[in-house]
Amino acid sequence: MEKSRYRKHVISVLVENQPGALARIIELFSSRGYNIESLNVGHTEDPTISRITMVAKGDEHTIEQIVKQLRRIIDVFKVRDLTDKKKLDRELLIVRVNVESAEKKEEVKRLVDIFGAQIVDVSHDTYTVELTGDEEQIDAFLELIKPLGIREMARTGRVAMVRALQGDTFGGERV
Amino acid sequence: MKLSGAEILLRALELEGVDRIFGYPGGAVLDIYDRLPFCSIKHYLTRHEQGAAHAADGYARVTGKVGVCFATSGPGATNLVTGLATAQIDSVPIVAFTGNVPTFMIGNDAFQEVNTVGITRPITKHNFLVKDVKDLADTVKKAFHIARTGRPGVVLVDLPKDVTRELEDFFEEEYKAPIQIRSYKPVLKGHPGQIKRAAKAIASAERPVLYIGGGVVSSGASELVVKMAEVANIPMVATLMGLSAVPGNHPFFFGMLGMHGTYAANMAVTECDLLIAIGARFDDRVTGKLSEFAPNAKVIHIDIDSAEIGKNKAVDIPIVGDAKLVMEELLPEVEKQVAKNRELYAHRESWIRQVKRWAERYPLWYEPSDRVIKPQFVIQKIWEVTKGEAIITTDVGQHQMWVAQYYKFRFPRQLVTSGGLGTMGFGVPAAIGAKVGRPDKTVFCVSGDGSFQMNMQEIVTAVQYGIAIKVAIINNGFLGMVRQWQGIFYDRNYSQSSLDVQPDFVRLVEAMGGVGLRAERPQDVEKVLKEAMAINDRPVVIDFVVDREEDVLPMVPPGGAIKDMILPDYGRKVEKKAV
Repeated sequence: MEKSRYRKHVISVLVENQPGALARIIELFSSRGYNIESLNVGHTEDPTISRITMVAKGDEHTIEQIVKQLRRIIDVFKVRDLTDKKKLDRELLIVRVNVESAEKKEEVKRLVDIFGAQIVDVSHDTYTVELTGDEEQIDAFLELIKPLGIREMARTGRVAMVRALQGDTFGGERV
Repeated sequence: MKLSGAEILLRALELEGVDRIFGYPGGAVLDIYDRLPFCSIKHYLTRHEQGAAHAADGYARVTGKVGVCFATSGPGATNLVTGLATAQIDSVPIVAFTGNVPTFMIGNDAFQEVNTVGITRPITKHNFLVKDVKDLADTVKKAFHIARTGRPGVVLVDLPKDVTRELEDFFEEEYKAPIQIRSYKPVLKGHPGQIKRAAKAIASAERPVLYIGGGVVSSGASELVVKMAEVANIPMVATLMGLSAVPGNHPFFFGMLGMHGTYAANMAVTECDLLIAIGARFDDRVTGKLSEFAPNAKVIHIDIDSAEIGKNKAVDIPIVGDAKLVMEELLPEVEKQVAKNRELYAHRESWIRQVKRWAERYPLWYEPSDRVIKPQFVIQKIWEVTKGEAIITTDVGQHQMWVAQYYKFRFPRQLVTSGGLGTMGFGVPAAIGAKVGRPDKTVFCVSGDGSFQMNMQEIVTAVQYGIAIKVAIINNGFLGMVRQWQGIFYDRNYSQSSLDVQPDFVRLVEAMGGVGLRAERPQDVEKVLKEAMAINDRPVVIDFVVDREEDVLPMVPPGGAIKDMILPDYGRKVEKKAV
C-alpha cells in the first residue's frame, strides 16, 4: 500500500446506545495499534442512538481501514470521515488560571472578551474560564493564558457535524 | 405460558434447527443442563471446553449449519477462548453460550466469575450479556442471525445464572417472525456496474488467475467458479481454506498457493495480468512479500466483508457481496464477453499450457523410500484407501501442509483445518464434530505427535458416543514445522522442538477405549489403514512412525516473494528415472 500523508481525521460514528458498543470501538483502536487523539460520546436526538466523534491521526490507508473496521461492528449504524467536509466543529475548554494580581485579572478579562469566553468561577486568586470554539481557537487561547499560570484544565475533544447545506448529513437516511 | 430462562433457551435452539450441541456443565449452567434431558437436542460431553468449541466448529464447517457449544462461567468460558478465536478467524458460524454468576454478583470477583464478554470481544463477531430474562429469546434470535449471515462468525451469549432460572412468557410464533437488526445490514448482492467492469477485465486479460479462498466454500459458489474457469479458460489456485472448493483433479486446478504452495500456483500468480480473488483475504501466508505478489496484475476482489478489500493489497475492481450471488451475476456477463471475443481462447490456451508446463517441470515431489515411512506417502495412501472421499480434519504443522499438498479433495467442505489461527489440538475434536455432522462419511484426522497431545483426551469423548473417527498421527518425534524452521533459519539449533519422551500412543488409545495401531515400515502403511477402515464403532488411532527430518517443500521463506521457493531436490528424481 502506498503511504500517503499523515494527518488528523475527524470521524463521526452513529452507534446503538448500549453497553459494549463504545468498548468495541475503543478496542478496535487499541488492538490494531491505531491512536485516538480524542473521543467524544453523547446521545443524539434519538436517545437510543449515540454519536461518537473521534479524532485520529494516520495516513489515508490507515484511516480507510479504521472506517471499514468501524462499519463492521454490529452496533454501528454509520461511519463518516468528516475531515474534508464543510462542518461545524467545536470543543469545550474549562481552564483555571492564576490571577494573584490586578494586572493578571485585567489580562484574563481582556482575553475572555476577545475570545468570547466566559468566566464561570472565581476565587481570591483564580479565575475559571469556559470557552467553546474550534480547535485552533482553543489552542490560541491556551497559548495566550499559559504565561499567567494554568492551575488545571479539561477539554472535551471535538464534536462535529456536517453543515446542513452540504446535503451530506446523517439526517433522514439514518436507519 | 411462563417458562424458565433455561427452557426458553432450549426451545429457542430447537426453533433455530439446532439438534447437536457440544459442551461441559458447571455450576452457572446447571439450570440449563437440568432441562436438557427434556428437549430434542443431543448434547455431547467433551472432556475439555476447548474440545467443545472445536467440535462445534468441525460440525459447522462440514454441515454449513451453525455450531453450538456450552460452557460454564469462569474457567469454562476462558477454556473456550482458543476455540472461538479459531472459528472466528476462519469465518465459521458458531453460537457459544456461557454461564455466569447471577446478575447481582457480576463485577464482584465472585467464585468462577470472569468478564466473559470483555475477554471474548476481540475474538467474536459479536457478543451479548443477557441481563434480563425478558431479553433472552430476542438475544438468542439475534445471535443466530448474526452468526450465519454476512461474513459468518462467532457470537457469544453470556447468561447469568438468575436469568436462566427466572420465569418469563415465551411465544413461539413471535420467535419465528423474521428479525431486523437496524444497525446490521450485510451487503449480499454485488454492485452491477462493478460486475460489468470485472467481466470486461476478465475478457480482456491475457493471463488471468482465479484465486479461490474459503469464502467460495462457505457461500457455496464452487460450481459457479469452476464453470467460470471452464468458460473463460482460467487457471485456478486456492488458499488452504479454499482447498476442496474445486475438485483437486480438475485440469485447470494447480493446487495451493503461498508459503507451501505448488511451483505452478505461485508462478501463475506471479506472472498473471489479472488476479480474480474470490472469498480470499490476502493472508501473509499466501502473499509472502506483498510488493511481489501478483506484481503486474490488475486485481478483482470479491468479498462479503468490505473491510477485507484493500486491506493488504490495492484492488482495482472491488465487489462487495456474497461470492455465490456475485458469481451468479458475473458468470453470464463473462459468458457474453467470451462469446463476443473468440480470440480469447487462443490467448488463454497458451497461458494454460504455460502453467501446465510449470506443473510438469516442478511437481510436488518427495524422495520415496522403502526403508522408512515418508509422511507424504502416508497422505497419499490415506487418499487411496478413502478413495479421495473422506472428510479430512487436520491439526497444525507439517502434516497439515502435506495434507493440503497431497490429498486431492473432491467436494466442498471436505477439508476441516485451522487456517487463520493455526491451532494445534484442533484436529481430534473437530473430527468428532465433523463425524457428528456427517455420520455417512469417513472422517480422518491427520495429526502430528505434538498436535495430538494437545487434545488427545477427546478420544474418550469419541469412545463414549461410539464416534468412529480415524486419526493418523504423523509421528516424527518432533514439533515438525518448528524443527523445519530451526533447520533452515536457525542453523539446525533444534531448541525444545524434539519430543524425546512420548507416550506409547497405541497403549494410550487402548486405555481410553479406542483402537490403537502402529506402522513402522512403508509396506505396513496400507495394511493398517485398511484395518482402520474396517472399524466402525469406535475411534481408531494409527501411529505412523515416519522419517524424522523430512521437510515440507516447496517453501517460501517468510517475508520472501512467492516466486522464490525452496524446491525439493529434483536432481535425484531425474537420476532415479535415468536408472
